[in-house]
Amino acid sequence: MTTAPSTAILETDGPRLLRAVRALLEQKGLVNTQELQERLALTDSANPGQGARMVAKAWTDPAYHALMLADGTKAAEAMGIPMRGMPPLGVLENTPELHHLVVCTLCSCYPRAVLGYPPFWYKSAAFRARAVRDPRGLLASEWKTVIPDGVTLRVVDSTADYRWMVLPMRPPGTEGWDEARLAAMVREGDMIGVTVPRA
Amino acid sequence: MFQPGETVRVKDDWPEQRGPVHIRTPYYLRGATGRVVRLLGSFPNPEDLAFARPAATKPLYHVRFPRQTLWPEGPPNDEVQVEIYEHWLEKP
Repeated sequence: MTTAPSTAILETDGPRLLRAVRALLEQKGLVNTQELQERLALTDSANPGQGARMVAKAWTDPAYHALMLADGTKAAEAMGIPMRGMPPLGVLENTPELHHLVVCTLCSCYPRAVLGYPPFWYKSAAFRARAVRDPRGLLASEWKTVIPDGVTLRVVDSTADYRWMVLPMRPPGTEGWDEARLAAMVREGDMIGVTVPRA
Repeated sequence: MFQPGETVRVKDDWPEQRGPVHIRTPYYLRGATGRVVRLLGSFPNPEDLAFARPAATKPLYHVRFPRQTLWPEGPPNDEVQVEIYEHWLEKP
């Protein structure tokens, strides 16, 4: 029995395939080892704390708030987050009338530059399907996040060249908090829209 | 080009039935009607990029759909908002 090349690649062991592709890219002069190392270091260093710093700044600085909604990429760069070579970042603002939930039903598009690696469930078929099919049920059963009936739930399916993060509402009880204390309260899920920040 | 607020329909097209493809338009939106929110920019067509073919730059829109037109249950005001390439959109 012969195996078609198109399925053989799916069955190849991942690390071996990665080594082969890296070697080819380097041999052909498309990338060098140093560029790969730099990109790996950037990817590994990205984490939800970066997005949280942006959120806290937006809560305390009206000019930054406006910049963040107008151009997420520039707002990230203004906080020293490297965005070169990253897809453009869009920011979705939650209000008392509107709640956003981010999903990628096709694969796993995620604002990695500002939130780091996605949580394990973000790529699961169950989350991806339920986020569009039954978003209110999903949030209530898995995260105890109940979106009130009067609030519009807008599911943003990240399908193409943009990446999306949620700017959550600043919770009551945080009056007078400084940026660092606010940022420490903001969780990864708050910026995907599965949870909301609580003081 | 489509303008913000314009009503558009996602083509009820299934290229995956005609051969290997890479498509960024979810199944659940094929044939659905929504409204253009805004033009997000123009990007090399991922349907060609995925096969290492020369990729023309295509306008990408944010399009908003009432969720109830996709699935009947849930509050009437809930929405789904998706990035769709211009060549997948038509005037209804």
